[in-house]
Amino acid sequence: MPRTRFPKQTSEASAAPTVQEDNADQLQGPAVEVAKPPIPLSPDAEILARAQAGDHHAFAHLYGLHKRRIYSLCLRMVGNVAEAEDLTQEAFLQLHRKIATFRGDSAFSTWLHRLAINVVLMHLRKKGLPLMSLDEAMEPSYDDGPGRSFGAPDLSLTGSIDRLALERAVAALPAGYRLIFVLHDVEGFEHNEIASMLDCSVGNSKSQLHKARLKLRDALRQSLRKGGRR
Amino acid sequence: MTIDPKSMSCEEFQSQLAELVGSGADVGNHPHIRECDNCRRLYQDLQTIADAAKQLFPDQQPEDDLWERIESAIKKGDS
Repeated sequence: MPRTRFPKQTSEASAAPTVQEDNADQLQGPAVEVAKPPIPLSPDAEILARAQAGDHHAFAHLYGLHKRRIYSLCLRMVGNVAEAEDLTQEAFLQLHRKIATFRGDSAFSTWLHRLAINVVLMHLRKKGLPLMSLDEAMEPSYDDGPGRSFGAPDLSLTGSIDRLALERAVAALPAGYRLIFVLHDVEGFEHNEIASMLDCSVGNSKSQLHKARLKLRDALRQSLRKGGRR
Repeated sequence: MTIDPKSMSCEEFQSQLAELVGSGADVGNHPHIRECDNCRRLYQDLQTIADAAKQLFPDQQPEDDLWERIESAIKKGDS
């Protein structure tokens, strides 16, 4: 399956009004106000605007456009179909409550992704995982982080990885690391997009992703060692 | 203070690795990587993990009845 880069998909809706560029400022002479015809909203933006105005059919259409990516994010974070469906439901119920507050400062899909991330993190907190907020997700104080790799060369992954072993290792990551890894390496978001979604710096996003990969490397090498002893 | 890439230690190199990788630098041709087997292996492992991640957890669709549950909750005023 090809890698999905959600923010670049054409189904993204944005309530930001489109402004037609023209060359009026290049004209000489007195400025003349020229009435411009209104630019029609794109179909996605129109659906969003209708949903914001309370149109139930438009909201159902929005659900159809975004259910796959929101459900997939939830499933990647909790690894359980029933929980992922409950979280998807909660995310869309929150969307229904809050959709009128979307002002188009970011792409709608990014805004919705952020909303879903908060739903997931809240759920993980309720389950008793040591995650109190996005800040703590980004700075997991309960974990000193993976070891670096100084000294003599050690067991290498040699360019190939057992997919199931990697999925198990991802599932075992602390939720903050797992979130960054899923957003960047699995879903294809860029660091600046993740920083915007999680309200953190780009440097923090890069650093947490690096630590997540180091932890996965540690886990995979442990798995290889165990396999070698059998 | 900028460290000379040719003379940096493994610790110094690895402390910069997150930023180097995240900024899209050509880390494979970094002077330290060219000289240091250990850091080269570390970098290759991390790249292997990042590449393998693209094949993980493919997109999934929720069950068809999920919308009915959401719609029902909206009608009940749960949202």
